[in-house]
Parts: sequence; structure tokens; C-alpha cells
Amino acid sequence: MNKYNPFEKILIYSGILVFMTFILLPFIEMFYASLRPLNHLFRSPYQFYSDDLSFWAYREMWNTVPMLGRYIFNSFFLASCVAILTLIFVIPAAYAYARFKFPAKNTSLYVLLAINMFSGAVILIPLYKLLRTLGLLNSYQSMIIPGVAFLIPTAIWLLKSYFEKIPIDLEEAAFVDGASRVQILRHIIAPLSTPGLVVVGIYAFIGAYAQQFLFAITFNQKKEYMPIPTGLYEFIGYQSVKWNEMMAAALVGMLPVLLLFIFLQKYIVEGLTAGAVKN
Amino acid sequence: MNQKLKSYTAQTYVAYALIAPAALYIILIVAWPLLETIRLSFTNSSLAGEDYVGLENYQKMFSSKKFNGIVTRTFVWMFFSVSLKLIIGLIGAVLLNANLKGRSIFRVLVMPPWVVPIAIGMLGWLWLYNGYFGIIAGVGMRTGILDGPFGFLAYKQSAFISTIIADVWVGTPMVTVFFLAAMQGVPKDLYEAAYCDGASRWDRFFKITLPQITPVIITMSLLSAIWTFNSFEIIWILTEGGPRGATTTLIIDTYKQALGNYKFGRGAARAVVVMILLMLFAGFYLALLARINKKISHE
Repeated sequence: MNKYNPFEKILIYSGILVFMTFILLPFIEMFYASLRPLNHLFRSPYQFYSDDLSFWAYREMWNTVPMLGRYIFNSFFLASCVAILTLIFVIPAAYAYARFKFPAKNTSLYVLLAINMFSGAVILIPLYKLLRTLGLLNSYQSMIIPGVAFLIPTAIWLLKSYFEKIPIDLEEAAFVDGASRVQILRHIIAPLSTPGLVVVGIYAFIGAYAQQFLFAITFNQKKEYMPIPTGLYEFIGYQSVKWNEMMAAALVGMLPVLLLFIFLQKYIVEGLTAGAVKN
Repeated sequence: MNQKLKSYTAQTYVAYALIAPAALYIILIVAWPLLETIRLSFTNSSLAGEDYVGLENYQKMFSSKKFNGIVTRTFVWMFFSVSLKLIIGLIGAVLLNANLKGRSIFRVLVMPPWVVPIAIGMLGWLWLYNGYFGIIAGVGMRTGILDGPFGFLAYKQSAFISTIIADVWVGTPMVTVFFLAAMQGVPKDLYEAAYCDGASRWDRFFKITLPQITPVIITMSLLSAIWTFNSFEIIWILTEGGPRGATTTLIIDTYKQALGNYKFGRGAARAVVVMILLMLFAGFYLALLARINKKISHE
């Protein structure tokens, strides 16, 4: 029943081609533009062919925007801090949800889901005033603190499902032998859940890397703390936009998350879809 | 195990203690700001200070024609964006579900728009939409559809459509991946039975696949409506809500009022409207989840 006749095959493959073109065209065109000299890009109508493609823009971009390296570092640094802090808050909470019964357990899990639905934009005003009062505007903290809050809910759900897979007998045995809760967490749960922790940590890293823009344009005006999504705007000059270098820098800026995701896509997608599909 | 080892109350305390740090964090950074936004919406708060002004912000907001236009526009924008995401996502999932060579590669290749930071992906779209040098205008000019350079983001209607397309691009991969996961969860014997009965591929899709994945389709419609409603970066980067307000949605307007002009009070009133709408969506979603869960546990 799974055999397709040649006509059906052609139909499906051409459908996939159209679909994939929509999804990938922006990336392909970004890459192509990054390889072309600027004067080829500034021709109207659009020229499909360039004969002198080179990686020149990938070298020149560091001179055009001297802080580019710093912006990339900032993005990494911010996303790593957010991911680590998220894990610190989430590990004990997810363990409690996986192992204990307590009043308001399900309600609070649903509240977590609901929090996911609020965009940062709704709470920016009080956060802005809070960060201003604390003197934290224009600092790394101003982008880390709100970032963590929006990753905690999903991270708890994801990690909870990993903890639930660890056989409870192991813990019982340790408990009978007189191990404390903390010891169980450190010596049994932590080693066994390392894969889960890595997946959730990387999920948090990708999420943190992706959500930097809003917090960065709202809470930070200092160049030295800017993450790459806002830093890229420096390629837009007074006279013209250096499109080829901007596209090169944009691709370099998205590469880390793409690579991480490709390595771990199976686990992340499994974890995220499991909730919605099977429930 | 725990009943054997510890009393229920002790267990509760331990659980609460473990959850407390995360809960406090969310209360401080999400829950308190939500309440504070409601309070601020009754003041004329700005960087200079604040005074209680009662319902003034709300009265001004609801009596302004502009605001009512923004609400309508938000829903029209959402409707087109969500419908397109669902339709394209469903078609994509069907195509990638076909048992052909290369499908595992295609499944990974759908995901980049979802994973890559939206703010960076939008730079690519800015280039694609460029009226003089962009590839879309170029194809238009070379095929004769356009008789000259055309700035897609410079005119009201085309900017409206262009932002929708970019939003669909960002949202479709996730919808596709979820639909695909749902399709693979459909029991294989259903298809085999239908095949033996002589049902065509078409019949099998409409009579088995579609009904089986309906719960996921409904869930995804709601989730994607919520995310589309919240969509900020796409419009902000492509048009900043322009030209002449043509792409200003509620979220964009809220942001502009609050942090463009530092009129916190007025911005907060808009944020409260956003909040109420989001709570309605969230309520629908959670009620739906509860129903689906009940159904599953009954079966």
C-alpha cells in the first residue's frame, strides 16, 4: 500500500520542492547575497548571475562593524547565562512535579502553560520601571532577568517528562539505605537525567538566543552589551546598506543555534510535540 | 513510594520548597508586572511620575477611531496569517509524511525558520522585499508583472500582505512538525484495514488521517493564534507598524505607546486589553486540553 506510481512520485516531489523553496529561499538568497560583490547587488532589476563570487564579505564585515565579535560574544554569553539560570530554577521544580503529589499540582502546571502564552510585550512597562529603579537598565542583567522567566514554564514541562522516565525503584532503594533527598538528587537523579538536562539546557539556550531582540531594544542602549540581533543593524549606514556583509554576519549569527539544533533536533522535537500530540 | 516513607504533609512541604524558587521568580518577573500593568493603566504614569486618573486612558483609547481600527486590523492580520500557516502546514505535513526517499532530510530542512532568531531571519526578508534590488521585485520586473521597482514594504496593502507572508514563514515549520508528529501517531492498522476495503489514498486521508489528527489541528490553531497575536519582532523589523499605521497591530501599538513615547499609563491600558484577549485565548486552550485529556482517559 505504500507504493507510489511514478506520476504520484513526481507530484509529491514537486510539491515538496515548492514547499521547501518557500521555507529555504530566504536562507539561500542570504547566502548568495553574502558571496556577491556589493556593486552586483545594487543593480536593478535583480541580476541572477554573478561570476565573481567570493567570501570577501566574511572578512570585511569585521572591519565595517568593529564590535561584531563583541556582539556575537554577548549573544553567547547572554544565552548561556539564561540557560544556566533556567536550569538552576527548573531542576528542583521539575523533580517535585515528577515525583511528589501535592495540592494544586495540576492547576499550577496549567498556570505554567498559560504563562507561555503571554508575550513579553505585555509586562515590559513594569519591568522597565523595576529595572530602572534597581539601576539595572543598560546591563547584561536587564536582558538576562526577563529572559529566564519566559523559559522556566516550558523547561519545567520538558524536564518533568525526563524525570518521570527514571525508574522510581532506584530512589526507593537509596531511600531505604538512608540517603537523603539531596543525596538522591545528586547521586541518582542527576547522573541518570544528564541527557534530559542537556536537551533542556540546549532548548533554553536556543530559546534565549532567539528572544534577545525585544529585551535588547527595550532595556539596553549600551553598545558593549548588545547581542547580535540588534548589533546587525549597524550595517545599515547613512548612505547605503552593506547588504552582502550584513547577510554574511547574519548567517554567522544564526549558525550556532542552527548547528546545535541539527544535532539535537530529534530530542527537542520529540519533547515538545509529545505534550501536544499525546498528552 | 512516598506514602510508605513519609507522611503526605511532609511530602507537600518538600515539594513546595523545591518549587518555591521557580515560583517566586515567576511571581516577581511575570505575575507582579501583570498586576502592576493593570494598576498603571489607571494612572498617567511617565518617566516624570504618576497620578491616578481613573478611566481616562480607557475612555480616550476606546473613543479613538485609530484604536478601533488597530483592533480590527489585528484580527484581520491574525486571521490570514493563522489560516495560511495551518493550510500550508497541513499540506507540508502530508507531503513530508509520504514514504519517499529523502523525507528524513526534508523534515530537518523545514525547521530553520522556526529555530533561527526571528530578528535575524527578518533581515533576509528585508533584502528579499527590497524594491530595487530584491529578488521578488526582480522576478516581478523580468516577467513583466511589475513595470518598475516596487517597494513591498512602502505601500499600505503590500506591506500588510508582506508582513503576513513573513509571519507565515516563521510559523509554518512548527505547525508542520506538529501535524507530522500527529500523523505518525495514527495507528497503522486503520490504514491497512481501509486499504483492504479498497479505499483510495484520498479517502484514507479524509476519512482516517484528518479525523484522527483533528484534536491536534484544533490545538495548533489556538496556539498559533496566540503566537500570531503576540507577534512583535516581524512587524517591528519590517515596517515598525507603518506605512502610515497599515501594519500596526495591538502589540505594536502597545509597544509604541509605552516605550516609544514613555507614556506608561496609555501603554498599560493597551497592554490590559492585550492581556484580557490573551486570557480568553488561554482559557479556550486550557479548556480544550482538559477536554481532550478527559476523552483520552475515558477511551
